[in-house]
Amino acid sequence: MAARDIIGFCILIALVLVMPHVVGNDYYIGVLIFAAFNCMACIGLSLLMGYAGQISLGHGAFIAIGAYASGLLTTELGWSPWSAMAAGAFAAMAIAFIVGIPTLRLKGHYLAMATLGFASIIHIVAVAATDLTGGPAGVLNIPRLSLFGYPLDSDTRYYYFAWTAVVIGLYLAFNLIHSRVGRALRAIHGSEDAAGAAGINTAAYKVQVFVVSAAYASVSGSLYAYYVNYIDPGPFDVMHSVLLVTMVAVGGLHHVWGAVVGAVLLSLLPEVLSFTAGYLQVIGIQYRPDYDILVYGGILLVIMLFLPEGLFAGMIAGGKSVWNLVKRVIRGKQVVRE
Amino acid sequence: MEAGLTTDMLQFLFMGIQRGAIYAMVAMGFNMIYNATGIINFAQGEFVVLGGLMMVSMTMALNLSLVFAFMVSVAFVTVVGILMERLTINPVRRPTVLRLIIITIAVSILLKGAAMCFWGKGSHYMRHFTDAPPLEFMGAYILPQTLWIIGMLALVVIGYVAFFNYTMTGKCMRACAINRDAARLAGINDRRMVMLSFALSAAIGAIAGIIITPIIQMDYARGALLGLKGFGAAVVGGLGNSMGAVVAGLLLGIIEAGSGGYISSHYMDAIALVIMLGVLFVRPGGLFGSSEMVRLKEF
Amino acid sequence: MSGNNPILQLDGLRKVFGGVVALDGLCLSVGENTITSVIGPNGAGKTTVFNLITGYLAPSSGAMIYKNTRLQGTKPHTIALLGIGRTFQNVRIFPDMTVLENVMVGRHARSRAGVTVSAFLPAFLRPEEKRIQAEAGSWLDFVGLAEAADMPAGSLPLGKQRMLEVARALAIEPDLLLLDEPASGLNSRETIAMGDLIHRIRENRITVMLVEHDMELVMEVSDRVAVMNFGRLVAEGTPREVQEDPEVIAAYLGE
Repeated sequence: MAARDIIGFCILIALVLVMPHVVGNDYYIGVLIFAAFNCMACIGLSLLMGYAGQISLGHGAFIAIGAYASGLLTTELGWSPWSAMAAGAFAAMAIAFIVGIPTLRLKGHYLAMATLGFASIIHIVAVAATDLTGGPAGVLNIPRLSLFGYPLDSDTRYYYFAWTAVVIGLYLAFNLIHSRVGRALRAIHGSEDAAGAAGINTAAYKVQVFVVSAAYASVSGSLYAYYVNYIDPGPFDVMHSVLLVTMVAVGGLHHVWGAVVGAVLLSLLPEVLSFTAGYLQVIGIQYRPDYDILVYGGILLVIMLFLPEGLFAGMIAGGKSVWNLVKRVIRGKQVVRE
Repeated sequence: MEAGLTTDMLQFLFMGIQRGAIYAMVAMGFNMIYNATGIINFAQGEFVVLGGLMMVSMTMALNLSLVFAFMVSVAFVTVVGILMERLTINPVRRPTVLRLIIITIAVSILLKGAAMCFWGKGSHYMRHFTDAPPLEFMGAYILPQTLWIIGMLALVVIGYVAFFNYTMTGKCMRACAINRDAARLAGINDRRMVMLSFALSAAIGAIAGIIITPIIQMDYARGALLGLKGFGAAVVGGLGNSMGAVVAGLLLGIIEAGSGGYISSHYMDAIALVIMLGVLFVRPGGLFGSSEMVRLKEF
Repeated sequence: MSGNNPILQLDGLRKVFGGVVALDGLCLSVGENTITSVIGPNGAGKTTVFNLITGYLAPSSGAMIYKNTRLQGTKPHTIALLGIGRTFQNVRIFPDMTVLENVMVGRHARSRAGVTVSAFLPAFLRPEEKRIQAEAGSWLDFVGLAEAADMPAGSLPLGKQRMLEVARALAIEPDLLLLDEPASGLNSRETIAMGDLIHRIRENRITVMLVEHDMELVMEVSDRVAVMNFGRLVAEGTPREVQEDPEVIAAYLGE
């Protein structure tokens, strides 16, 4: 693991430990918990988009699969929440395998549209298959998770749990990147032809990375289900999938940290916007939460046009410029002194 | 018993043609931009929505005549398409397909949000073009609006064929699509052709939205599903092949209407998408395209 | 014939693109441990041959036999596993990875760690990683790029990038190495170094086949030269024989 990544981990863990005390309010802790869910899904998506270079506009469907598996297997069949989560992940991976094999061979927008279509189908089924999924009313009374007998029944406990899960997910992702598999993925991204000539089965790896990303999404869906203890089709629509892609693109496609940055920022954005709405009201502009979507689209467009490597890469580049400037100033001072 | 079956089938056929014509037009829009740029324009569905909603405002709120409102609405959406190309596609210095697709996604989000802000979240009613009662044909009823839709589709197809085969500009666009560098060397302004492709796509999308709004009552959120099914039609017909798209669109609409009637109306939307996925998996070149072309990856 | 066992045999190889006949029944035999150059005017079909052998294109008809295995229908990565390595006409290194990492990618075929192991075990617990790194390092040494190991590959000048590509191809431990215009864009000093490298590769008992335009390099390095024109073999023999063949002269100068 690179030195930079270890520093990143330290910063992240420090922030995670500190935030509840800074924020102190259960509502905002809840916001941070949702940010963790988005982070988890975006880590997987970032592996797909950053390395295989493919877009999935259907990750909301994998989140839904994880959430519904968790919800239904526990309430209908009495499974333990952990087994249900594992089952959901396996189901998501299997479906990703089936969808991925034929489409990942083709040009990238085929996958984008295929995943979009797939997510739409899942959403339609979730709403229509009332017998199975509970339809628009959804699944209620999903049990809470317990960690070795210790029930996760308060926001603060779930906050630490969710973010621990994210840290574990990041650890796995970074391991993967700094491994033979990660090298193969980066090679595919660098030049598919050359990767093939080096013995890399590009088609198989793309499917593998798609499957891994589906697993991340599914786990995030399960964690969501065990937090709010009910699910309905509402949050799993196509818009959510697009939002995930937005988070990864805004944060930075080519670094997993970019996904973290993007997910956290865009998860906090609605709160920031409703906060500033108060100020806007003073000068006569009536801001409604409906306008959030305009802000998301605007941010995505501006980043894609002017900072296509994403905010994280921009931060690093900015940091380097500042550092170079500082070095030059110090050196300048030394010259003057001599 | 027999008469009932035929009547039902005819009814579904008419309904299918009505929906399918829209998918066909959306598919043509996708194909035009795809042929000119190699990208899929995710905002295509929003052109349809904007066309319909603008028409509603022109006719119902401003009480303009049908013809005038039609022209204003199409012009408005065409300008939106041109602005999209000029502001978000053209300036991109190092265009990778991935980046351009995300840009079109961003634009689609913005257009959808803008539609929501101006027209609200509700459905919008627009009166049918002609106030005649439904016509009867062998026991099945066909709305006059459906006849308008068929007529409009025919006009668009004729215009399309005429433009690309018999006008200089159309031939230039085809040249650009086949080999952009060669076209540029021959003096064709390829950037302008790209802008034109967006303009025409937007126009066709607007027309589709205008003619379907009286029947479905347009609302701001319809873009995604319409766009997706239109893309499905484009894929089934062979991406880039607009005549194939027309046939595929009509087929898709008819199958959708039929399955809505015979299987379940709840899953009707999903049927077209399942077909699209099926075609993608089995024969990605579509019914009329070639499989080898599809494997040649640039993305 | 060179007297060595043929490691690669092309028999009536034909490739048609739409209306264009790129290869028109090519018959060629490449002997083990030889250096064979394929030359010919542009458009003669030389790179097409490489793309067919390495599985990027499917032949319209004809056979390709490598060590008693038919190559048709095999995917590029499997062909690499069989022991055929290649470089590309327009250098395809991985610019965002370091020089060493580029060569480590070449070791992919000779290593095994999969997704599960890679995700759960940290790097220092994976002995295979150390082995890959060491092996890649030795190939870098072989081509003379050891000092550049940690530099981003995209920052190297073209001559070194071509060397890097060769190192990566060598890392798969091929028995047959296909070099597509390895001297293209190199100055005379770099070309001599490349020729030197090719000799050393042959000393390691690796058969080399190259497509090249640089005649000095071809004449200097090759055991056999095959001349192609219009998708067909026009002449084949030692460099001296080919140089004096009137058909070859006609092919290059036009009738």
